[in-house]
Amino acid sequence: MSVAEARWHSVNLAVACFALDPAALGGISVRGRVGPVRERFETGLRLALAETPLHRIAPTMSDEALYGGLDLAATLETGTLCQTQGILDREGVLLLPMAERVEPGLSARLAAALDARPDLALVALDEGAEPGERLPASLSDRLAIHLDLSDHPLSYAPALEFDADALAEARIALPSITVSDDALKELVSVAARLGVHSLRAPLQALAVARASAALSGAEEVEEPDLLLAVELVFVPRATQIPEQHEEAEQDTPPPPPPQNDSTDDSDQPDPVKEDIPTEILLDAARAMLPPDLLARMAAAKANRAPAGNGSGAKRTGNRRGRPLPARHGRLGGGARLDLVATLRTAAPWQTIRRNLTGDDTRIHVRPSDLRIRRYQEASDRAIIFVVDASGSSAMARLAEAKGAVELLLAEAYARRDHVALVAFRGEGSDVLLPPTRSLVQTKRRLSSLPGGGGTPLAAGLKAAMELAGLVRGKGMTPSIALLTDGRANVDLSGAANRAQASEDATQMARALRAEGVPGLVIDTGLRPTRGLDGLAREMGAPYLPLPRADGQSLSRAVDAALTP
Amino acid sequence: MKRPGSFPFSAIVGQDEMKRAMVLTAIDGGIGGVLVFGDRGTGKSTAVRGLAALLPEIDAVAGCPVNSEFVSDVPDWVTLLDANTVSKPTPVIDLPLGATEDRVVGALDIEKALTKGEKAFEPGLLARANRGYLYIDEVNLLEDHIVDLLLDVAQSGLNVVEREGLSIRHAANFVLVGSGNPEEGELRPQLLDRFGLSVEVESPKDLDVRIDVIRRRDAYDRDALSFCAEWEGADAELRGQIVDARKRLGSVEADDAIIRDCAALCVALGSDGLRGELTLLRAARALAAFEGDDQVNRDHLRKVAPSALRHRLRRDPLDEAGSTTRVMRVVDEVLG
Repeated sequence: MSVAEARWHSVNLAVACFALDPAALGGISVRGRVGPVRERFETGLRLALAETPLHRIAPTMSDEALYGGLDLAATLETGTLCQTQGILDREGVLLLPMAERVEPGLSARLAAALDARPDLALVALDEGAEPGERLPASLSDRLAIHLDLSDHPLSYAPALEFDADALAEARIALPSITVSDDALKELVSVAARLGVHSLRAPLQALAVARASAALSGAEEVEEPDLLLAVELVFVPRATQIPEQHEEAEQDTPPPPPPQNDSTDDSDQPDPVKEDIPTEILLDAARAMLPPDLLARMAAAKANRAPAGNGSGAKRTGNRRGRPLPARHGRLGGGARLDLVATLRTAAPWQTIRRNLTGDDTRIHVRPSDLRIRRYQEASDRAIIFVVDASGSSAMARLAEAKGAVELLLAEAYARRDHVALVAFRGEGSDVLLPPTRSLVQTKRRLSSLPGGGGTPLAAGLKAAMELAGLVRGKGMTPSIALLTDGRANVDLSGAANRAQASEDATQMARALRAEGVPGLVIDTGLRPTRGLDGLAREMGAPYLPLPRADGQSLSRAVDAALTP
Repeated sequence: MKRPGSFPFSAIVGQDEMKRAMVLTAIDGGIGGVLVFGDRGTGKSTAVRGLAALLPEIDAVAGCPVNSEFVSDVPDWVTLLDANTVSKPTPVIDLPLGATEDRVVGALDIEKALTKGEKAFEPGLLARANRGYLYIDEVNLLEDHIVDLLLDVAQSGLNVVEREGLSIRHAANFVLVGSGNPEEGELRPQLLDRFGLSVEVESPKDLDVRIDVIRRRDAYDRDALSFCAEWEGADAELRGQIVDARKRLGSVEADDAIIRDCAALCVALGSDGLRGELTLLRAARALAAFEGDDQVNRDHLRKVAPSALRHRLRRDPLDEAGSTTRVMRVVDEVLG
């Protein structure tokens, strides 16, 4: 069986386990764009769940839809109070497409609903394309199984198969499946050694193992069940590669002497054998861990910043601003009617108006009742620092630039600004930090920023522009602070070509201006660099030569130039 | 909807500082709430829900939406249908993220307005939380305008609603309990300061403790009823201790030396305002009452100082040393 086939087999098992006990597993998180592979998964899910209804919910669902509420239309029509049923009041499994766009409010409410209702489960279809776009961690932590179908080939994804009778039998057998104390300990210790910190995970793994045992017709959780649980629950959550056995021995307590459990352990293993399954589980986990685990972890960490999610403006709620009380007004001119506020205003007068007109079949709304929505526009500022970490800059000013950025960070904290960090050196640029308010993170990234190599100024500006676009998409106002000595010598393709490099940089500067991103160019060269002021002009940004500036004055200058 | 009884408070493994902080606010509501910050899956929500079941019941007028203790306290906008006094569980109300202002403070009762043409007030979450707890999960993600609202009400203990032609006020005395994960965003200093105590929780490092957590939780998930029954005794005992401590609270003395210690600690830590001293003293007194002592002593101070002060340190946003360490260092210096 090839790796892909084996993975698909696990997917099949995962869905079967979930169908057995949706409640204990909490749910499945599936990463992958819409496509035939995901369709097969969804079809399989429906097949496995059989009679259990699946309710599709949207990442922008309102409270009314979730919890139910007053059915205005029906209430008005009938004149008696009509309530709608919320989706969370229904039986079944929730299916959440575009889960990466769930805003924190909904995510928290879904999480609370999962906690409060033992019979509720959620399948989240995470369609995020960027590493940063994914299901909020508070929600995904509550879903036992994490699957990644994003690069699964269709040729190895046959239709999922379920034997309805076997599922029914397993469901009956499930409550009596026993778990030996050793199996439980193994799961907990494997989780610890894979760096899975949340204590929900071992419980979820336990549920998966139980379901798997029930599926295989066993009475007790055995090794293959544990392996499946490790694969489905722990491996996707791993934050470290487990160290080898010898080292691990030190922090793993010695195995307890074999004890006579009340469970019907016929083959109580001897102490030596007892240690083996953990190692087997860890070996399996090691084999399954993606080779780029460390890079992924960095991405996941960055993603924990408040704005690192694909939900766009809705998530920060900035584009529309903070809602103000609705106000009396006329419709038209783009004004939106606040229906509820309008009805609220009209409501107390209904009796009088009915008596006056003698018409009690309808709601009497007068123009004076109309209320329109108002928002206070208050967009958060995001300062993107583009720091030149090339050799020429590093020698002279990198430390000072770092100092300035740190000072600005402290001020940004007070003003609730977001900051992002792009560094360029060598052949290209890195986004060291997507927009965040977490200062500790920023400081860490900054202090570990090495210097050296060429000056790919254009690449740095390009990265900054892309980031600015992202930031805008999230409803924030980006501005760019470029700190460089301006000696561009690496072009966009990464080749060392001074002429092309400065041409590319000029192009990028023009593009930035066209995008309308405000900025500031700080010359960190020992003496003002010729040409950098030209670049600043192309960017439409102020140019600040700071030949002998220390961190303090740099910080003051940046703050003055970027404060609207 | 709910599980048969939430996970018993006394069955929570470890997390002693969090549990103690919650017990202290149960003894003296004036301490001003608890902020629990830390990793996911460390039992933050579990503890709050467990607390609800643990707290002694309150006497309240049955028909009163704000849980008034006496008929004379019932707000004038309430038409009392049932003036009997009943015992009910201490309210622990969830404030969900993304809750609208209307739901929090209350609003015109649109159902009554539409169907009966009456201008009635529909009480919000703040009304229901009166004399109890208001729990905010992921408090650091709460929208700013709701935070502002909460600050106002928490400060005055009074919810004033002036909207849609309504002019309503009612008592809103509640203990704020917030939880959150600091990786997802920091909390505004104004709100931070409003919490009396703050606790940092992390996943237990010790394997045996982790196994214990899993074992208990699994037992609860498999058979909640008998698990709760098993821990009922321990919960009842703790409840008894809390009730005793409340009675004793008024007679616990704090001499001048202790008050001087409180001040010295706060001066040494450079905490803003006097809220630090007051909370420290209150928490220490509640702890003394809980432990059955008549006098607040330095030991009590030492135990509550981290919770009472770590979130009040003059903020140095670039400091990585950890506020707990800083507090402990100063405590050792000042108290010896």
